[in-house]
This record gives sequence, C-alpha cells and structure tokens, in this order.
Amino acid sequence: MAQASAVEHHPTSTGTDNRKLLWWIFLGSECLFFGSLLATYLIFKGSLAIPPFPTDRIVDAAALVGVSDAAREACHSIGNNLFECEGILDVPVTSQSTFVLLMSSVTMVLAVYGAQNNRLKMMKLWLLATMLLGLAFLGYQVFEFTTFGNEGLNLSSNQFGASFFMLTGFHGTHVAVGVLYLGSLLFASFRRSGLGPEAGFHIESAGLYWHFVDVVWIVLFTVLYLIPA
Amino acid sequence: MATAVETLAPPATQSGIWSWITTIDHKRIGALYAITGFIFFLVGGVEALLIRAQLAVPNGDVIDPELFNQLFGVHALTMIFLAVMPMGAGFFNYMIPLMIGARDVAFPRLNALSYWIFLGGALLLTSSFIFGGAPDAGWFAYAPLTSEQFSPGRNMDFYVLGILMLGVSSMAAALNFAVTIINMRAPGMSLLRMPVFVWMTLIISALLILALPPLTVALLQLLFDRHYETSFLSPGGGGDPLLWQHLFWVFGHPEVYILILPAMGIVSETLPVFSRKPLFGYSAIVFSGMAIAFLGWAVWSHHMYTTGLGPVQKSIFAGTTMTIGVPTGIKIFNWLATMYGGSIRFTTSMYFAVAFIALFTIGGISGVMHASPPIDTQQQDTYWIVAHIHYVLVGGALMGIFSGIYYWFPKMTGRFLGEGLGQVHFWLMFIGINLTFFPMHFLGTAGMPRRIYTYDSGMGWDFWNMVATIGALVIGVSLLVFIANFFRAMGQKPTAPNNPWDAATLEWATTSPPPEHDFDLIPIVRGRDPLWFDRDHGHAPAAAPDSAVHIHLPPPSYYPMMMAVGVLLLAVGPMTHLVLTAFGAVVIAYSVWGWALEPTD
Amino acid sequence: MLIVRRPVRRLLVALLPLLALAAAACSDPMTTTDPQSDFADTVHGVYQIVTILAAIVFVAVLALTLILAIVFHERPGRRAQQFHGNSKLEVVWTIIPVAIVTVIAIPTFRAIADTTDPAPDDAITIAVTGHQWWFEFEYEGTGLVTANEIHIPAGRATSFLLRSDDVIHSFWVPQLAGKVDLIPGHENELWFTPHENAARPEPYLGQCAEFCGLSHANMRFRVYVDTPQNFSAWIEAQQASRIAPANEATAAGETLFLSSSCVGCHTVKGTAAAGSIGPDLSHIGSRSTIASGIMDNDRESLIRWISNPDREKPGVVLMPAFESQMTQEQIASIADYLLSLQ
Repeated sequence: MAQASAVEHHPTSTGTDNRKLLWWIFLGSECLFFGSLLATYLIFKGSLAIPPFPTDRIVDAAALVGVSDAAREACHSIGNNLFECEGILDVPVTSQSTFVLLMSSVTMVLAVYGAQNNRLKMMKLWLLATMLLGLAFLGYQVFEFTTFGNEGLNLSSNQFGASFFMLTGFHGTHVAVGVLYLGSLLFASFRRSGLGPEAGFHIESAGLYWHFVDVVWIVLFTVLYLIPA
Repeated sequence: MATAVETLAPPATQSGIWSWITTIDHKRIGALYAITGFIFFLVGGVEALLIRAQLAVPNGDVIDPELFNQLFGVHALTMIFLAVMPMGAGFFNYMIPLMIGARDVAFPRLNALSYWIFLGGALLLTSSFIFGGAPDAGWFAYAPLTSEQFSPGRNMDFYVLGILMLGVSSMAAALNFAVTIINMRAPGMSLLRMPVFVWMTLIISALLILALPPLTVALLQLLFDRHYETSFLSPGGGGDPLLWQHLFWVFGHPEVYILILPAMGIVSETLPVFSRKPLFGYSAIVFSGMAIAFLGWAVWSHHMYTTGLGPVQKSIFAGTTMTIGVPTGIKIFNWLATMYGGSIRFTTSMYFAVAFIALFTIGGISGVMHASPPIDTQQQDTYWIVAHIHYVLVGGALMGIFSGIYYWFPKMTGRFLGEGLGQVHFWLMFIGINLTFFPMHFLGTAGMPRRIYTYDSGMGWDFWNMVATIGALVIGVSLLVFIANFFRAMGQKPTAPNNPWDAATLEWATTSPPPEHDFDLIPIVRGRDPLWFDRDHGHAPAAAPDSAVHIHLPPPSYYPMMMAVGVLLLAVGPMTHLVLTAFGAVVIAYSVWGWALEPTD
Repeated sequence: MLIVRRPVRRLLVALLPLLALAAAACSDPMTTTDPQSDFADTVHGVYQIVTILAAIVFVAVLALTLILAIVFHERPGRRAQQFHGNSKLEVVWTIIPVAIVTVIAIPTFRAIADTTDPAPDDAITIAVTGHQWWFEFEYEGTGLVTANEIHIPAGRATSFLLRSDDVIHSFWVPQLAGKVDLIPGHENELWFTPHENAARPEPYLGQCAEFCGLSHANMRFRVYVDTPQNFSAWIEAQQASRIAPANEATAAGETLFLSSSCVGCHTVKGTAAAGSIGPDLSHIGSRSTIASGIMDNDRESLIRWISNPDREKPGVVLMPAFESQMTQEQIASIADYLLSLQ
C-alpha cells in the first residue's frame, strides 16, 4: 500500500477495531453510572418512611400525615392505628415490557446477522422490528410512569419516587437514544450508497449498545421488581 | 459518498483562525489545551492572590465575604478542572501519539470535540462571575448548603452544569486516549516498553472513565434537587447530605491521582534523560502507579473522618489510605535511584524534576499524617490540609508540568526556552512555593480553619499569614518571568534539532516541531528506550521515505465545534429556559449526523 | 562552588521551619498542640509519634535528594552508569514505607478505639444545634438553653450531642477535642473530660470548622472550663427565671423589648418572649461576647448589633436592622435591658 492512511483503518496493536474498543470501554463506564444510580435507590429503599411504597407495607398512622390523597387511598386501616399500604409496583405489567425488550435483543441479533451477511432487506426489516419493540418498551414505561403518577408517586413524593424515576428514567433515555441510533442507521441504509462497505460493523456496534441497555434492564428489573417481592 | 445536500462541505482553508477551529490534528489540539489551560492557570492565580490579599492581615478588608466565598471555591475549580487537568491534557494530546509512534489519536474528531466542550464548560463556569455570582459553596459543594433553600441564586447552577460539561469533555478524552494507547502503538512497542508518561496517561484515563460516572450521578441529583423537586440530598424531604459526600469523594479522591499522575509520568521521562541513564525500576514505577490508582478507590471516606463514621470504617479507611504511602514511597526511591550513578545535567527542566521529588515528598508525608483519623480530627478543614494539597498539587503536579514544559518546548516549537530566565523562574517559584505553603502547616497547627474570610488578631495567625501572602506574590513574579521567557523564545528562529537532549523516546525521532503527519515512516521499536537502544546497538535511523509517497490525513472538520456548541446550549437550558436545551439537542443531532457521514479519507 | 553552596542553603532553609513546627507556639488560643482533655491528649499522643517519624523521613529524603544532586552532577570525565534496577533494593524500599506505615497505624487504631468508647454515665450531656451562624446549647435535664458560650466542669466528662438545623457545621475546640461535624438528619456524639487542672477564667476558643455559608468565618464559640464549685454556681444562676428589672431604665427596656418583634424569635425565660428562632437571651448579660463570639458583650456593641446585624455579621437577614424601626435611644434602652439579664 503506497498510501498510508492516517487513522481508523490501521491494523491495531490488539487486533480489535478502535471503535469497538471504544464502545466496550464506554459501556464499562456506563456500568458505574447505572451502578451509582442503583446504589442511591438501594440506600433509600431501606429507610422509606411514607407511602407510596414499592411493595406492600404496614405503617402506623404517623406515616400518612401530609401524604397526597392518591397515596393515602392505597392504604387501608387494619386497626390498632396501623395501615396496610399496597405496593405500587405492578410486576405482571413490567414483566410484559421486560419480555418486549428481551425480544428486541433477539431481533437485533437477526439485524446484525443480516448486515454481516449482506442480506440488506433482512437487516432493514429486523432493524425496524427492533426499533418498534424499543418504542413499545418506552410506551410501557410512559404507561407505568403515568399510572404511578396517578397513584401519588412522583419525584417529590418520597425517596422511592425520586430514585426510582431517576434510575428508570435514565434507562428509558438510553433506550430512546438507542431507538434514534437504530432509526438513523435504518434511514441511512436507504441512501444510494447504503451504509457503505462497513454496514456490518455499524450495525454490530449499535447492537452492542442495544444489548447493553437490555442487560441493564434485566438487572434493574430483578433488583427493583423481583427481589422485593 | 456523502453529498453536499446531506452534510456541509468539508472546511477548505488550512490557515488562520478557521484552521484552528476545525483542526483535528492532535498537536494543534494539544497546543490549544495547553494554552487555554495556562490562561486559566493565570486566572486561578489571580483568584489566589485576591484570597491571599484578603488574608494578609487580620480583619482584612480587601474583598467582601460574598466574593471571598466565591473565590476560594472557584480558585479550586479553576486550578483543578481548567488549569492542571488541561495542561496535562495538552501534554498527552501532543505527546502520546508521538511517544507511541502513531500518526494521530484513535479518534481525531472526538479529540477536537473534547477540547471544545472543555472550552465551553470552562467559559460557562467562569462566566458566572459576570452573570450573577460564581459558585460559593467550595469545590466540594457539600449538601445541603447547595440546595435551592440555602443557595437560591444561580451560583450553584453554574457549578452543576459547568462541571457536568467538563466531565463529558474529560470522559471523551479519556476514552480516546485509552483506545489510542491500547491500540495505536508502533510495531514493537509492547505494553512494558511504553514510556512511563504513556503508562500514567493510560492509568489516568482508566481513573476518569470509572470515576466520572459517580460524580455525574451526584451532580444530576443536585440538579434535580434544585430544579425538579426531588430531595436526594436534603434531609427535609428525607434525603441524606452524606450521600453527596460519598459520591463526590468516590470521584474526588481518584481525581487527586488524575492530577498528580501526569507529573509523575513527566519526571519519569525527564529524570533519566538529564541523568543520562535509564529509569531505575521501570516496572516498579509502572506497577506502583497502578497500585496507587487501584487503592485510590478504597480511600474516599478519609475525607469524611469527622462526619461520625464508626470505628471500624475509620480503621479500614485509615489502613487503605496509609497503604498508598507504600507505592508512593517506592516511586520516590526509584526516582532517587535514577539519579544515582548518573551524570546529571542541571537544566531548568531537571531543576523542576528534582524539586518535584522534594516538594511532593513533603505533601506525601503530611498526607500520611492525616491519614490517621485521630490526627485528622485536629487537622481536617484547617490550613494544615491547605498546606498538604498545595504541596501535592503545586509542589507536585505543577513542578512536574513545568519540568515537562522546559523539556518538550523545543519539540513543540522548535525553539528553546532560555536557561537563564528559566533558572530565575525556577528559583523564584521554588522559594515562593515554600514561603506560601510551608507556613500554612503552622497556621493549621495553630488552629486556623480553612475558608474563613476573616480572623481576629491575637490568634497567633498574623505573622504566617503575611509570610504566605508574600510567598504568593513571589510565585506571581516567577510566572511573569516564565511568560517573558516564553515570548522571548517564540521571537527567536527555530533552531532545535530532532533530539536536543539526547532523549530516548520516539517523539525525539521526528523533526522539531513534528510534521503534520508526525513521522515520515512509522518507527520500529526494538527496546524500552527505543532511541538509546538503536544508538547503542548500531541501528541507523530509517532512511527518509520516497518523497513521492503521500501520507493521507483526515480532513479538518467543524462538526466537533458545532456539537460542542450544542452541548453548551443543552447545559444552559436548565438555568435559563428548556427551549435552549431542546435547541441544543437538535444541534447535537445534526452534528452527529454530519459527523457520521463526513468523509474521513 | 556555587552548586554546593546553593543546596546547603536549601537544606538550612528546609530545616528551620521544621524546628519552628516543633515549637509552634503552644500559647495560641486555638493551638492543637496544647491538649487540655483526655481526648485531646490521645490525639496529641499519636500526633507526636507521627510527627517525629515524618520529620525523620522528611530530612532523610531531602538530604538524599541533595546529596545525589551534588555528587552526581555532571563534570568532565564522568560517564553515567547504565543500569535498570536492582531487585534487592526494590524489596528494601518497599519494606521501609511498610514499616513506617505500620508504626503509624498501631497507635492510630488504638486511638480510634479510645476515642469511640461510650461516654460514662455521670457525664453532663449538652445537645448542640448548629445554625447559620451560631451554636445553640441545651443542657439536658436542666432546661438550660444558651448560645455560643458554655461552661463545663473540669475533671468530669461532658458529652455533646451534635445536630444541625440547616447546613453542615463542625464543632471544634482544639485544646479540648478534635472536631466532629453537625449534620442535618444525623446525630453525632463527642465526649471528653477536661483535665482537673484545666479550669481557668479564660475561655477555650472554638470555631465552626465546616464551611457553612456566608458568615462561616464568624461562627465562633467559647468553652469555659470551671472548677466543679464554680460550675454548679453557674448552672444555678443560669436556671434562674425572669430577672426583675433593677431600675427604671431597664424596666423601660424590658417593656420595649417585649412589645417589639424581638419576642417572635428570642426567649427570655419568665416573660412573654418565647421565640425559638434566635439565641436564648435569658442570661445574655452573663456572656462575654455576642454575635457568636465576634463582638464583646457591652452596651456599644449591643447597640451596633441591634441597629444592623447584617452589617456586623454578613448574611444575618433573619434579624431585621432595627435602626429603621426604632430610635437610637430605644435601641440603647433595649441594650441596657439585655445587659441586665445576668
């Protein structure tokens, strides 16, 4: 090769493509981001004083002073100045959205397969499917947030609200960014030149991100929804 | 191929201001970082001088308490985020590709993006002085003093958003340099042949990549507390102010190593070169650097000894903190052993390197002293700690940076900084540092708390405060000498040969200053000190390549700059109107699109 | 020649401050090196061991640096020896810091254990609440509430329960104990026993040690260590309820005080003044300072303070500037009344 290209397409010291290495290291950093948010959630979970609570809990009347009407409605007197408050998390519904997101990982794998084997139609189709599943997950999240809001849980209601919305909200933002990312790839793939000679690589990188966001959700779903039950 | 409809045409000009705005050349970006960092260093210096002027005499009346409380916090933020880190970044932008024998960093446009976001964040943070008041809760910004209730002004918003931006910039740079160092090394440069400076940069990158997320989360919590009704950090709503302290120091302590490790890397380059012998105990220095970085994760609570930790926590954090003294000690002994048996040339760079060892040792010793929780209960939040951090960061980090400046100046500009003025600069600075910061040990021992804008006479603090202020002025004068030296040097003709110091690392194998493509031929590395190995083993430098060979470089790009503007808009939104945030998001989206489709060949 | 002289001078310059450090004036009011309680003794014991070690390391490393710089300075005919390391030496200088750190760690751990024992049963308990920018003290079980100045007995333990009403503060009287933070939402405890011979008429000075906002520098307090007899007498005097005005002037002052907005924030026991926002003024006349230790407690200072507290102590906005509501004579009358509350 008479022309020495400066960067990016060089053979690298480790043999791994620079961009792929960048993705992996970045995702390592993301782990600490979600880890810190999750730690905050867990720190406050133990010392929640006022409803709404994530799961069923018995409290005395003092805990209901000053809470919103919606949150109070979920609490029933069981005598002896005690109240039983219904937990707000709806595991069956969130299991559905978790299933949707898991399926999107499957469709993502198929899109990557299509891209790497130059089956562009297949790639486009499964990209679209992944996007739609991602959007469906976001729809579930909007539904969940609205329902929780109606039941008196918001950023200022208690520490559970603040840390729950912050944690799942930032995860949702990651899913939304992923949908946009896949959408731009899909859009670009309809240009005359398509995604160029590196289509497989681009889709694979997007897949890496998408799977990561999925895995984070599996962790969140387990810790937030399943373990308390 | 991208068409003009989809993306802007690539910038055409190669000179003038436009070429600097669109540059993706790591050397130019390095120069931008270094110069911007130095300018902010002067800003931070002026802030320090104002603080010292106020404290020179008891019941001082130079500045009012509002301004004082802004100055001590912004002085710290400026020096840490806008001066020392960028000056370090200047070196690793400029030098890392050269030292590992690469033509650029792994992601040149990302590199430009890091710089522009840094500049945006720096300007945002500093502009707070003009727009209604700078952050006034210290750089540590302990909750709940930072809440809407106790800080109703914009001050802390500038802090949150400015630091978030600087965090994004540092993250991008750290990712870039981690990949560059892991992946872009010249043939033969195995990990254990890398220069120590490259090693330290890799370790810093790892620290940043892992330490910034907790800080980001803490800042987001503060932002949400202030503007979106949460109360993560305010006990009124069920929050816990100590959560901030934990998250902040999980970042804050590794940050200290992020500041000092570049200096350790630099003196590990300059000490051997000016002693004319290889670095003693290369592996020990590299591995102790890793040990310091690793242990740096397990010591954050030593900033919180007085918050009511239990005896077990105190003992554990005391143990881990003291343990850091061991790898640090190993480094110091290895540097000293590097001088042993040498034939030392006392250039200005070498003076700074030797002073680094001495002054950093003082900071290290005082650090081990208050690693002991009982002692810390008397020293925490006093001038003793001020003395300690300044011996580490001025006596350590800054001396290392100046050693690097005098050492690499001919490589970067083709010119030499004057040795005569350099010695004047060094001695004034050395005396000034000790005059300013050593008396602070006495002030701390005499019980003077930090961050007080006034004090009464009769506390035994008068004399040493005056001495410290005089010392600060001496440091100021020494910097004027340095600036004079810089301009004098820049006015001269470039005469520097490729390797004026007879150094061993690859950056000295190319011309001074290097061509845009760094190396005509990618060098081949045969040993740990490649140029010395080749010299001693009779390997001639590779023949100049056929001039007909064209080395293709990626074209300049304005998308990094555009995206940085988008990030700035995104950041000022929560402070002003969220419409700006939305607009910023659109600008970012457009830049990403253009960036992705822009031809790089 | 120049090369030798310079480093020698440097060595001397480096050593002089070290000597000064050892002799750091013990008479300074907030010195950390003149302990007057068991807690402060424990801390000082560790400090002395560590300081001696630190001084040795300091001198050794600096001397080594200088010697190497001088001995191996380039001169005609010298060639640098080319070697890369020495495993034996590496081991040696790993062991040296390990040994030093161990010697520091042992007394440290012992001191941590000593200073976290629970307070003895007969300890006096004082609840301390931090406010921007003053300290409120409540002697538990006595109903005695005061601000910025306390009395404690020599030779008997006093336990402080540390809380905060707003932001984080830190409680620190260097000669009596190391600092402990006052954190909203948390309660910390600190206790110590002043030496039997620590009683003296002059106060031990303390100061808030955690940055707490605009007037952080002005948040000071005083601890008087009394003999047990004096302490009992003080407690008794402070427990006394309303001090009847001794003359017409103070009686007029009382009337004015009780009819002004002062009563919304301040308490004077036995009167209608029962506010809890500002310091308890029941016995303010017995204190030596006002405004958390930044002004002497005399007529002139009180007038200045009441006239415009924000001017005397920046950031005090909860208390209005009475100069805009009252005449100077009225303010003086209130000052006289307050001084009479011994």
